[in-house]
Amino acid sequence: MNRLKLLWKFMKGNRLIYIGAVLSIGLATFASIINPLVLKVSIDSVIGDKALKAPSIVMNSINKIGGIDFLENNLWISAIVLVILTMIQGIFLYFKGKWSAQAAESIAKNIRESVYDHLQHQPYDYHVKSETGDLIQRCTSDVDTIRRFLAIQFVEIGRAIFMISFVAIIMFSLNVKMALISMAVVPIIFAFSVIFFLKVKKAFKLSDESEAEMSTVLQENLSGVRVVRAFSKEKFEIDKFEEKNENYRYLTYKLIRLLAGYWALSDLLCLIQIGSVLILGVYWATTGAITLGTLVVFTSYEGMLLWPVRQLGRILTDLGKSLVSLERIGEILDEPREEIESNELTPEIKGNIKFENVSFSYENDNKTLDNISFEVNKGETIAIMGQTGSGKSSLVHLLARLYEYNSGSIKIDGIELKNIQKKWIRKHVGIVLQEPFLFSRSIKDNISLAKLEAKEAEIIESARVAAIHNVIEDFERGYDTKVGEKGVTLSGGQKQRIAIARTLINNSPILIFDDSLSAVDTETDLAIRKALEKRKSGVTTFIISHRVSTIAGADKIIVLENGKIVQSGNHEELIKRKGLYKRVWTIQNSLETEMDKIV
Amino acid sequence: MTGFKEQEYNNDFDLGVWKQIFKYMKKYKKYLIMLGFIMVSVAGIDIIFPLMTRRAIDNYVVPGNIDGLGRFAIIYGVLIIIQVINVWAFIALAGKVEMGIQYDIRKLGFKKLQELSFTYYDKTPTGWIMARMTSDVRRLGETISWGLVDSAWGLTFMSGIAVVLLILNFKLALITLTVVPILAMLSIYFQKKILKAYRDVRKINSQITGSFSEGISGAKTTKTLVREEENLNEFKDLTGNMRLVSIRAAIFSALFLPIVLTLGSIGTGLALWFGGKGVLTDTISYGTLVAFLSYTALFFEPVRELARVFAELQAAQASAERVLSLVEMEPTIKDREDVIEKYGDILHAKDENWEDIKGDIEYRNVTFKYESGEKVLDNFNLNIRAGETIALVGETGSGKSTIVNLACRFYEPSEGEVLIDGIDYRERSLPWLHSNIGYVLQSPHLFSGTIIENIRYGSKNATEMDVIRAAKLVNAHEFITKLEKGYDTQVGEGGGKLSTGQKQLISFARAIVSNPKIFVLDEATSSIDTETEKKIQDAIQKVLKGRTSFIIAHRLSTIVNSDRILVVKKGKIVEEGTHKQLIQNRGYYYNLYTNQFKEEKVSLY
Repeated sequence: MNRLKLLWKFMKGNRLIYIGAVLSIGLATFASIINPLVLKVSIDSVIGDKALKAPSIVMNSINKIGGIDFLENNLWISAIVLVILTMIQGIFLYFKGKWSAQAAESIAKNIRESVYDHLQHQPYDYHVKSETGDLIQRCTSDVDTIRRFLAIQFVEIGRAIFMISFVAIIMFSLNVKMALISMAVVPIIFAFSVIFFLKVKKAFKLSDESEAEMSTVLQENLSGVRVVRAFSKEKFEIDKFEEKNENYRYLTYKLIRLLAGYWALSDLLCLIQIGSVLILGVYWATTGAITLGTLVVFTSYEGMLLWPVRQLGRILTDLGKSLVSLERIGEILDEPREEIESNELTPEIKGNIKFENVSFSYENDNKTLDNISFEVNKGETIAIMGQTGSGKSSLVHLLARLYEYNSGSIKIDGIELKNIQKKWIRKHVGIVLQEPFLFSRSIKDNISLAKLEAKEAEIIESARVAAIHNVIEDFERGYDTKVGEKGVTLSGGQKQRIAIARTLINNSPILIFDDSLSAVDTETDLAIRKALEKRKSGVTTFIISHRVSTIAGADKIIVLENGKIVQSGNHEELIKRKGLYKRVWTIQNSLETEMDKIV
Repeated sequence: MTGFKEQEYNNDFDLGVWKQIFKYMKKYKKYLIMLGFIMVSVAGIDIIFPLMTRRAIDNYVVPGNIDGLGRFAIIYGVLIIIQVINVWAFIALAGKVEMGIQYDIRKLGFKKLQELSFTYYDKTPTGWIMARMTSDVRRLGETISWGLVDSAWGLTFMSGIAVVLLILNFKLALITLTVVPILAMLSIYFQKKILKAYRDVRKINSQITGSFSEGISGAKTTKTLVREEENLNEFKDLTGNMRLVSIRAAIFSALFLPIVLTLGSIGTGLALWFGGKGVLTDTISYGTLVAFLSYTALFFEPVRELARVFAELQAAQASAERVLSLVEMEPTIKDREDVIEKYGDILHAKDENWEDIKGDIEYRNVTFKYESGEKVLDNFNLNIRAGETIALVGETGSGKSTIVNLACRFYEPSEGEVLIDGIDYRERSLPWLHSNIGYVLQSPHLFSGTIIENIRYGSKNATEMDVIRAAKLVNAHEFITKLEKGYDTQVGEGGGKLSTGQKQLISFARAIVSNPKIFVLDEATSSIDTETEKKIQDAIQKVLKGRTSFIIAHRLSTIVNSDRILVVKKGKIVEEGTHKQLIQNRGYYYNLYTNQFKEEKVSLY
């Protein structure tokens, strides 16, 4: 029920037009039902000589233009009435199509935008944990299921209900006995199609799943083509695909055979219904119990009635799907957004940072950061080293308020970080993530993402500092090269460098490199740091790295182990003490000493 | 490498394409013919039903005599039964053909994809191939089977009605049928418009999907850059566009039906007008009039079906051309007939004829250029003895990957030859060479499945012990056993939990299990932390012993123990020797690796 309320909310602004669409289908159905009546009157009373029984309005207007005889001599009038009625039906059909599309598409637009917006405003942690494929599925195909339901299915239900009630009223008013016979199979066909489509739901699902499995094998084969070739596993892959391909064919063909059975049986029911109406009708018409015109009306209504009834069964079974989709979208929207408080501070950020007894843990986990205290002054460089999982990334994430610390205090220029607005602090803390994401647009646009008004010179300057300018210039289309386009595949290191340029362009007072030079070779690494050194004036810099060479020059080095600071000091101090830093330094430095020996 | 360009296809009907496609469908010929006959029969019975009504009215109602109504009912019943069987048969048969065609083409396409060379993959986006193998193949299967169903039925039904009407009353038929050509033309016009409009919708829809996917995968980056509002605004442009285009497509469809209905009703009106006059003057029977009235109402269905098939045929032709371009693509690297004769192909390897490989590799006057003509290697010569470890050093684009790819025969020399154990490798088969290669890549690709399945990918005969031994060797055993399900942990999307370094270790173990004679490590340990790398360094030495191996790495520690280090610059070897020799040489290599230490001392920051 709650979910339907949600749908109702999304329909805001389009409710009237949607109701208009449903009313239009009613009117169109009404017009289509009058049509056979015109035929009946024309055959029975105008061409034939049965007395005309019709509502007084119709009688009056016929008398006004000159009575039945006049119509008999001017048969074109009946023909024109027929055409006009069809046109009226057509006009309403048009409005139904237009309005239901307008409403459904606008609603789909609303849903898409609010889901997109909502996802963007989820906390950082949500995106760390979420399954991308599932989310995309919800945002695309589930939204489409709802759109289709509104645009097509719901109006079709309306049509079927209108059709059944109108036809029933007219049939019963014409002849009760004939009407009962004509309606006899309707509930059976309806029940049959509902039951059938409920039963084959599983077969549909199996077919869909087997197709998805087949696509997955294909997709993995294509992206892993090098591995397949290098291990000479072509036959293995062909067999694997063959199995999925065959399975998909088998399951889908089975489904089609089920459907063939359904359509054949449902045709049988319909044809028996039509046949019995015809034969009994003929019998009664012959005996004079009904007129010929009535017979014609009944046979034409029968055809009109049966199709929507069959459809209805199918649509009703699909209804469940739409509800599930609505639920899945509702689940996303139920997730609380990242809190953005309005009364928070937006102070000038200079870059003096002080951690005092800061502890942090993800949900119920053990403490990821345990009682961390250190101080960095504006313009200093602080390096963090530690094994995977030691809490390095978490520490810098706290600084950008991507996560909230549980206890202790972080002060920036003397102001408690928790009191500074999230967006404000993120604008002033430039953080280059370990696995940066580039958007599929030009390199230029990627670099100026955070500063849309950036001038070309600024973009090039940032790229220079990130030691990527020359690489970009070498591309055929330079800065206009689109990321992700085949032919220009950016290496991991190149992506990292573009991400660095993108962060630099903002001139943030605090910069964080979260292992973002890992895929860059030592030479380039050095060049970048040199350029940064030259450029920065008073920028507080955090560097996370495994490389001693990268962090040796920092003003202060912190070594983390299991969320605790186990060592801190500068390079000279740390290599004299036993510990992780010295161990890594020895490994990396042994080559140097060895080299010295050779030389 | 140039950007990939989608080929343009013309819109005119091209019989050649269909002939070519039907070559692949020979075994469905008899089903298609059968299907055609069934549809003719379906249409025939559909025509008979209104005639039955006419007969009932003229024979029983009008004279007021019900003699023979029982027999009439029986005939009617028999027709119903035949029709029901027909319906079952045509759906099942069309389904069989549809799925059969899809299955066959996919099978063919997939096999072809296993043969095509890397040069093909270098310039063809994966998404393009996916679309060919999924939606294009589906459309082809659908159009051929259901298109035949609809058009055979439509044509028979339409011409049947026309014939019946003409026989019933020639003049009245001519009058009524005047609407048909207009109906047909309008239908084709609208169907094409509608199809095109929905194609636009699908195009924007895929952009929206892309945008969602970027928005979700890039959400963390968006957050750090504080770009939520801009992203939403850009997204709104797309959804707004989508709304407009979708409504336009819906309006086309909404217009089509009323126009066709009205035209149909003009036909009915004409029949009523002139037929009614005929009845009044006793030149036409009641039954005939009723038959005319019901037939004209039926006309619009087959015309609409035919117009739809016609419009879809155009789209299907484009699909056919694209599918053909994949299926008939010739791999640039393939074995000669006589080589296949002796050594077998990927499906039927005659490994009893495979010689053991020693691992000597020789590049003799090798030149390699891309299709664009850009030369990467020019008259390159190199001799590698079996068991030697060769390290390749150089900048991105210097040609070191090409050298390795040539040795693996992922590329073939444009000129010159590569000899393995003294024989040009083109004399022996690709599967023979590849089954002797172990390859570990910088961005490791794991297949969905468990960790053990992935390691076993290297060799299906590997026992669990072999797998564990390999994992221990590369120091992966420890972290794998710490996982909740150990070796049975699923990689795949949940494998996001595995770090790149861990994936590298797994793919390393996979290569070890395959026990290859030639080993390639392409930046294979770049994402592994220093301490772990140090630990597996000895393992690497052990593994590489007795195998010919190539190492590409930035990290000095990875390559110092190589037998020979080659410094590659612009496709040429500029320095060559052991680590010790190269350091003493004081050349490029020396500079490359002393820089970071020496200048470090001058201290930055």
